[in-house]
Amino acid sequence: MKGFQVRVKRTRRGDFELHLPREERDILRTLPRQLRELMSSDDPALERLFPPAYPDEPDLQSEYDGLVRGDLMEQRLGSVEVMERTIEAKRVNEDELVAWLSALNDLRLVLGTKLGVTEEDDPEEISDDDSLAPSYALYYYLGWLEEQVVEALASGLDPGGRD
Amino acid sequence: MSRSSTAPTEVDRPTGQDVTEPARPWLVIVWNDPINLMSYVTWVFQKLFGYSLQRATKLMLDVHTKGKAVVSSGNREKAEFDTYRLHAHGLWATMQRDS
Repeated sequence: MKGFQVRVKRTRRGDFELHLPREERDILRTLPRQLRELMSSDDPALERLFPPAYPDEPDLQSEYDGLVRGDLMEQRLGSVEVMERTIEAKRVNEDELVAWLSALNDLRLVLGTKLGVTEEDDPEEISDDDSLAPSYALYYYLGWLEEQVVEALASGLDPGGRD
Repeated sequence: MSRSSTAPTEVDRPTGQDVTEPARPWLVIVWNDPINLMSYVTWVFQKLFGYSLQRATKLMLDVHTKGKAVVSSGNREKAEFDTYRLHAHGLWATMQRDS
């Protein structure tokens, strides 16, 4: 990797610059479609996006699921749409960046679930021969990018608040 | 990710009883997971609950080191709403009656 360029930078205007090299834009451009396909699939890893509110009370859980699943799905698809629309943007506003964050995180959650990642996993240990190596690479890249998105968003938050 | 099932067993409630149940508060619990970034979880706590950076960081560290933490409490409706918002942000949140 050449000299480190921060990928996401808050501007004085309160919006955000995206400094993404071409190779990364090309990867990111494929993500909305992947996410959309995933969300309309039967993939069990998708359930990671719908954890149970009531793990031990099936009736309450069924009620909750009926209430929220549609909304959660719609919100997520909305974020995917925003990311897609702004995929070549050099600047995005806060709402758009939050949508990017949502899409990146959702994809990371599903990908990580499929890969069965644990907290002890070490990216250095994935061999290039491993057929899952590209998936791991994507997973770690998304985490790396997401870290920068969060940092840019958090930089605008007042550290004060409820204690 | 492992978690223990600690919810108390539900006593049978008479049919027809719903919102008139006694208002025992509900707890909203966030569980550790191997995927969400610590910085992201902290940001979510600040954003959703208006917690200071310090409080949000402490809560995140509790989740991370102890496996789970109570992030909010209230009546069932409030707890469900908080849980829903946490789910929308990809956190593993569950609800439990306060004992």
